[in-house]
Amino acid sequence: MADRFLKKIVRLRSQNYTCSRRTMRFSTTAAGTEEKCLQQTQSGSKSVNLFTAINQALHVALETDPRSYVFGEDVSFGGVFRCTTGLADRFGRHRVFNTPLCEQGIVGFGIGLAAMGNRAIAEIQFADYIFPAFDQIVNEAAKFRYRSGNQFNCGGLTIRAPYGAVGHGGHYHSQSPEAFFCHVPGIKVVIPRSPQQAKGLLLSCIRDPNPIVFFEPKWLYRLAVEEVPENDYMLPLSEAEVIREGSDITLVGWGAQLSVMEQACSEAEKGGISCELIDLKTLIPWDKETVEASVRKTGRLLVSHEAPITGGFGAEISASIVERCFLRLEAPVARVCGLDTPFPLVFEPFYMPTKNKILDAIKSTVNY
Amino acid sequence: MAIWISKSPSISISLATKINFFTRILHGRSPSSQPSIYLTTRGIGLGNSSESRPAFSKNSEIFHTSRRFESTKAQERTCLHLDEGDDDEITQAFDFPGGRVGYTSQMKFLPDSPDKRIPCYRVLDDDGCPIAGGTIVQASKELAVKIYSDMVTLHMMDTIFYEAQRQGRISFYLTSFGEEAINIASAAALAPEDVVLPQYREPGVLLWRGFTLQEFTNQLFGNKADYGKGRQMPIHYGTMKHNYFTVSSPIATQIPQAAGVAYSLKMDKKDACVITYIGDGGTSEGDFHAGLNFAAVMEVPVIFFCRNNGWAISTPVTEQFRSDGTVVKGQAYGIRAIRVDGNDALAVYNSVRAAREMAINEQKPILIEALTYRVGHHSTSDDSTKYRQVNEIELWKTARNPIARFRKWVQRNGWWSEEDESEHRGNIRKQLLQAIQVADRTEKPAISDLFSDVYHEKPLNLHEQERSLKESIGRYPKDYPTDVPV
Repeated sequence: MADRFLKKIVRLRSQNYTCSRRTMRFSTTAAGTEEKCLQQTQSGSKSVNLFTAINQALHVALETDPRSYVFGEDVSFGGVFRCTTGLADRFGRHRVFNTPLCEQGIVGFGIGLAAMGNRAIAEIQFADYIFPAFDQIVNEAAKFRYRSGNQFNCGGLTIRAPYGAVGHGGHYHSQSPEAFFCHVPGIKVVIPRSPQQAKGLLLSCIRDPNPIVFFEPKWLYRLAVEEVPENDYMLPLSEAEVIREGSDITLVGWGAQLSVMEQACSEAEKGGISCELIDLKTLIPWDKETVEASVRKTGRLLVSHEAPITGGFGAEISASIVERCFLRLEAPVARVCGLDTPFPLVFEPFYMPTKNKILDAIKSTVNY
Repeated sequence: MAIWISKSPSISISLATKINFFTRILHGRSPSSQPSIYLTTRGIGLGNSSESRPAFSKNSEIFHTSRRFESTKAQERTCLHLDEGDDDEITQAFDFPGGRVGYTSQMKFLPDSPDKRIPCYRVLDDDGCPIAGGTIVQASKELAVKIYSDMVTLHMMDTIFYEAQRQGRISFYLTSFGEEAINIASAAALAPEDVVLPQYREPGVLLWRGFTLQEFTNQLFGNKADYGKGRQMPIHYGTMKHNYFTVSSPIATQIPQAAGVAYSLKMDKKDACVITYIGDGGTSEGDFHAGLNFAAVMEVPVIFFCRNNGWAISTPVTEQFRSDGTVVKGQAYGIRAIRVDGNDALAVYNSVRAAREMAINEQKPILIEALTYRVGHHSTSDDSTKYRQVNEIELWKTARNPIARFRKWVQRNGWWSEEDESEHRGNIRKQLLQAIQVADRTEKPAISDLFSDVYHEKPLNLHEQERSLKESIGRYPKDYPTDVPV
């Protein structure tokens, strides 16, 4: 399912991509070529885009642990999103290699490799194509430790996959399948919002002793540019972060959707509504306490994600917070999510949980 | 296309006139001996077809024609005709990833199956007599006796545990009846450091490696001595100390994992290989394909051992695949393969030993297909007489019995006697009954084991759920089993 077609489009479009719905707050320079993204801004950190931050994390992972491996479809030449650029040359083709085009094989192979005490960093080219590996992830990776009474584990396994809308991806290059994996005890699901987060979270995932599915927001690969420390650093898992403080309503999201939510918060601010925005980062096991503390303060909650609303992870957050904060809530929990349709091409702007859909939900929740 | 047309001139001409152009790309034997593809043009139009009708006989020109090129006669090239009489002689070839590929003008599809089925390697006949001229690795008395006695132990284990399930003492069981030679002899050919990724009908490998009858029994009873902490159904054994990965019920998921484990052995330059087992039904799974293909491409030391026992629960192999079993699939993946008589312990031993050597020395996967028969039901939840003939079961149980056959050979060598037999059986029976008593008396794992090992560290939600469950147990103790310590 390697998709060189999309890769080309992504490359072409990213040069002069104008995005009315998503102006990255993280962007300090226009998204452009790999070279442009590596502008040195200060010693110890560079302004880089998200795929470069991922690439740095992989370099660090391979450098610091000789038992680490990176593999997947087309990773040798740098990957269709350039995340694995330079790795094979630097670390050799035994540690960074292409695999046959077979997702269940990639994950199954990764489980075996991890079970022997290695760090297996597997790439699934698009999250849309992760489903052939679903059995290996759900029935094997997730239960490996538990079913053996902790004799065996595949905690060294990290599965990276680009997810989410990209403006022109249609059904099979746009999906956000995180909720499927959030229903599986034994694995962790992590999604970063920016380059700096991506590097620190990915390194944490690679070194965490549990199998992890790490979804990367492909829309931000080139679009999001941020100062990223060049050194080896990790960001904690299962810890949410308040990225904007406010007092009237709590907004919870993850990944690329946060930039849209941030815009909605800014607009709401102009109308006198003070919004608190939380990046969940790890979806399972998730940080209920941070969300709960915020909702206790604001009395209102809005969750937003690109995935279809029904059965989405927003439903889980909503139910959990209602359980914990029922008497403190001043309005029903609002969900602004993708529609319950397959991800559409031409209709993508209609399908998406846009800034104004969120803004309307903020207003109606506050004025309930 | 080419050959058909050359043999049917009238049809091809009619085609040519109807569609008004006729294209032919052919390779010829070039006088300069350089491999080349010739593309020549010659006008055949509707109006002058008789004049420019191509000669289809041997040694005629090869041509590519189109009405559009009627005025390009000056550019015509004449080619030597390829002698198409010799099907097998390939004189032209071209480079293609994976090596040079020859051309042939013969349109010949590969046959769906060979004329003869792949033969089955055996060294002992049904009477346990060595077959003259057979490839045989001489097994020592010590080895042969251990193989034989472990086969008997496995059979007795199955008999007694099956009964224990029938009496309601354990919830489930699954026998290896009929596959004792595969279980024990394949294990005997391996080294302890070789890693095993089982399906589920290979407990004999564990037995060979020293997993005790008490350890088996503890797993079946899911008591606190079970390494799996009572979390999985009976027969889902697994032990780190024996390099035997924990059994999981999904079929074939272990196959691509075996490739990953073998890759690790390869990177660590270990003098060891992986063996992974699969049934005939399992070869239909996508993971079988994934695992074999990965192993071949990554060039890793792994033995894929297919126990073709004829039945996947109630589905016979004739409804499982149209190929000549599994052995023929190896070549399609670039994997060396052998078919072996799974009821001939010596043949199984020999083939696994040879496979192990090749896998490690050449760093490549090997496929073994052992033909055998699942004499027992699929599991205790199955009654196989509903879908297969009792006389078929009887034939394999008696005339083709792998234990009886091997016993004849061992006895003929003077290594085993009637006394040895009854002493061994009595001994094992006693051990098994005692193991059951002990396992039954041993308490269940504590309730904390319900929540541990989901992750490396227990997350907050599980702490919360454990607390809440314990409160519920406190209020309604009768709702819960009393033998699980809280």
